[in-house]
Amino acid sequence: MSNLMNYVVEQAKRETKFPKFKPGDNVTVGYKIIEGSKERIQAFRGDVIQINGEGLTKTFTVRKMSNGVGVERIFPMQAPTIVDIKINKFGRVRRAKLYYLRERVGKKARIKERKFIKKN
Amino acid sequence: MEGLIGRKIGMTSVFTEEGKNIACTVVEAGPCVVTQVKTDDSDNYNALQLGFGEAKEKRTTKPMKGHFDKSGTTPKRKLVEFRDCELEKSLGDTVTVADVFEEGDKVSVVGNSKGKGFQGVVKRHNFRGVGDATHGQHNRLRAPGSIGAASYPARVFKGMRMAGRTGNKRVKTQNLQILKIYPEKNLLLITGAIPGHKGAYVIIEK
Repeated sequence: MSNLMNYVVEQAKRETKFPKFKPGDNVTVGYKIIEGSKERIQAFRGDVIQINGEGLTKTFTVRKMSNGVGVERIFPMQAPTIVDIKINKFGRVRRAKLYYLRERVGKKARIKERKFIKKN
Repeated sequence: MEGLIGRKIGMTSVFTEEGKNIACTVVEAGPCVVTQVKTDDSDNYNALQLGFGEAKEKRTTKPMKGHFDKSGTTPKRKLVEFRDCELEKSLGDTVTVADVFEEGDKVSVVGNSKGKGFQGVVKRHNFRGVGDATHGQHNRLRAPGSIGAASYPARVFKGMRMAGRTGNKRVKTQNLQILKIYPEKNLLLITGAIPGHKGAYVIIEK
């Protein structure tokens, strides 16, 4: 991206304090939905299977199993509807896009947890 | 008509306060220099000629150098005339984004579209092609079909839409809106797409 493009991205960016997460992590995304005149927050919990794009158009995809059916939702990082992102588990994965999870069900679709072992 | 000359930087998308995601183009607009003021007395019409983009001195012809010397500026790449421009500027003045545009203004953008090379009628003239892949359609899915009648008129009419060189033409995109102005960097955020490649010169008209 050119300098001028970067400048626009810097200026238009939404200030957020969400924790950093990677593909393979299990997250809970809280996002606002508007029903008529009411506004409420809904949670979507699942594994991050990809992070795509950069700047203002960066998105991440969360996949979960709902009643035996795989459900994926793409969230723009900059979306003002996202209220909160929580990391439940850090995953240990070897690629950036976890499309292989789509062909797997049950125990095979699990992601190994990344454990942090303190030195000394 | 007021306007500015600019350069396309690229596209991105921004969220509005209502949560709508809007695709928009970043344009570096101006600062332009007034290189000539045309009036009813001098040219029988009113116009402001603006210049934008630095040109190399050695690539500028002597007559053009003389023209730029009159307004006391360095040679410019692009010169565009704006008819009946109501900006109160005189020869040699600089025109910036903030002088011309405000956030929320409706604008049209003129530029040269991207060249697409030799293209068929489906891409070039939005023909629909042949609807079916079967029923005898062997290799004519995107064919133009009939181009005329038989022994009368015994010729193809002029202007019949056919395949050929596509793009790289002057295109005007109308009814765009200015989402945001960054006067400190001479940047404009315009809704939607505008003609041309990144770095292309465009004219933004109010």
